[in-house]
Amino acid sequence: MRTLYLALKYLAVTLWSAFVIFPFLWMLSTSFKTQNAVTGGATWLPWLQFEPSLAGWRALFGGAGGVNIVKPYLNSVVVTGTASAIALVLGTLAAYGLSRFSFRAGPIRNGDITFFFISQRIMPPIVLAIPFFLMLRWLGLLDSLPGLILVYVAALMPIAVWVMVDFFNTIPRALDEMAWMDGCTPVTTFIRVILPNVLPGLVVAGMFCLIFGWNDFFFAFTLTFTKTQLLPVSIVALNSSVTPWWSLSAAAIVSVAPLAVLAFVVERFLASGGLKGAVR
Amino acid sequence: MLRLSNLDLAEDGVPHLADISLDFRPGLTTLLGRTGAGKTTLLRAIAGLAHPFGQISFNGQDWAQLPPWHRPVAMVTQQFINYPHLNVLDNLAFPLIRRGEARAAALAAAETMLGRVGLAQMASRRPSELSGGQQQRVALARALVKGAPILLLDEPFVNLDYNLREGMREELMALLQSGGETTVIYASTDPREALRMGDQTVLMSEGRALQSGAPRAVFAAPAALAAARVVNDPPINILSARLDATSLDIDHLGPFPRDALPEDLPPGGYSLALRAEDIRQNGTVSARVALTEVSGSETVTHLQAGAQPLVMLERRVQSHPLGAEIRLALDLRRALIYGADGALIAKGAAHG
Repeated sequence: MRTLYLALKYLAVTLWSAFVIFPFLWMLSTSFKTQNAVTGGATWLPWLQFEPSLAGWRALFGGAGGVNIVKPYLNSVVVTGTASAIALVLGTLAAYGLSRFSFRAGPIRNGDITFFFISQRIMPPIVLAIPFFLMLRWLGLLDSLPGLILVYVAALMPIAVWVMVDFFNTIPRALDEMAWMDGCTPVTTFIRVILPNVLPGLVVAGMFCLIFGWNDFFFAFTLTFTKTQLLPVSIVALNSSVTPWWSLSAAAIVSVAPLAVLAFVVERFLASGGLKGAVR
Repeated sequence: MLRLSNLDLAEDGVPHLADISLDFRPGLTTLLGRTGAGKTTLLRAIAGLAHPFGQISFNGQDWAQLPPWHRPVAMVTQQFINYPHLNVLDNLAFPLIRRGEARAAALAAAETMLGRVGLAQMASRRPSELSGGQQQRVALARALVKGAPILLLDEPFVNLDYNLREGMREELMALLQSGGETTVIYASTDPREALRMGDQTVLMSEGRALQSGAPRAVFAAPAALAAARVVNDPPINILSARLDATSLDIDHLGPFPRDALPEDLPPGGYSLALRAEDIRQNGTVSARVALTEVSGSETVTHLQAGAQPLVMLERRVQSHPLGAEIRLALDLRRALIYGADGALIAKGAAHG
């Protein structure tokens, strides 16, 4: 009975793993194929039996039937990195304030303010796109990196606030007070005592900001034209009358790579005990 | 000298501190009161964490505008509060480094103090890797290493088991022996602790400082009925009595010999406070057992004599079945006698 249970368990895990990993393997395989290999199929081994080609990869650097994604890629790095950093700093400060101080303005309390932040993410992006478009046009920041950074900060900060409020709430106020009595001002308390104890939260919030920022297509598409393209928009630009699955697959791998590396490094860091004892 | 003048603090109409005026001199003063008496609030006010009306000054300097991080105060609370992200040694060095001391000197001082509290082997561990008692010892060591002239201890050992609590108390006393001119204020709910530890005791109830003085003097003559309640554990028995020229009558218990109370006590209504150890078995008052608690080698029995609740303390382990009838002897000659306003008027005849 136990053997049957184990067999079923491993079968289920294997099937689910295959289901999750398959798209990545398909993507990797397809990125090295030509049009014929993709549409023609193989005789015996569907994903392995083909003549490898770098055509899909060359298309990403302006090769035949492609677009050069280097500049959009760098734009994405700058916009996502800068916006995530700013959102994390502002969001962490806002979350600390919401966790430690009581705000009252008429019927509005801390919980309402936290919900206000989160509500920015509840609204469909289309609702925000037109106001953002008008504001950026008024500021002369349409189709520019600073304009995109501004919008992305607004879009990512709720995530940072949402994650960090919960982490700050797990740190007892008594720790702040003890730091005060040990000679820390509120600012040094925040920097020297509280922040080191919410390091896992900062990592999680930072990861969320990077993922959401990096994968955003809507704002990148609606608030830019040709001067300041981001990666997701340029990947879509690869498409033509015949869907170039080989170059789209290569672009998808290039797009996923930085986040995958980052997730891997963070996971190693967490596993190595880099945050051990940071939270009681 | 630490001087508190007319401290008042209320939240949502509930008084936490009510007109507190006290002077604290170097040495150990215990703040004795039940939970909610205002002890913690008073300590927090001294530390600058609570903001009452009134004045707090130290050696003539007004602390009204002095934030907590500038007050020469160290504090240990009931919770085991240490910095989770620092190891034990860095925990102790932290306040010294924040004060501007060189890191090497701070670490050296921390190491010395760690040795004094017997945790030298734990220097590189995180607080979360220590037992509760060890964590509290780290917190205590961090407070002591600062060498602050005012040390506030808010029931620091209440969350430890009995043996550990006794051991830590002894250790603390030994550490404080070398404390010099430190003003130590120790909040406690345990009258025995206050009697044993303090040079001075302040009794607190409902945000008020009821009485202060040498612990034994305060215990012997609580100035008010509320003070008598605070200073006695097990709870003191409060009896409502009516005295006339020839008789003494106690509500629900009946008549007693008039000569149990001083001859010169004028006729009238009084409250008699009778300690639990002044009630014994084999008397004439009939009562039924409501609860028996055995603590160490002592037995505390809660009884009901009609509508009058009574508490009896026996210096031995005794088993009284629930509901059993016991005949009690009340030694009223040892009672404390309080007037209608709750103030101590006299003591029973046995006090002389």
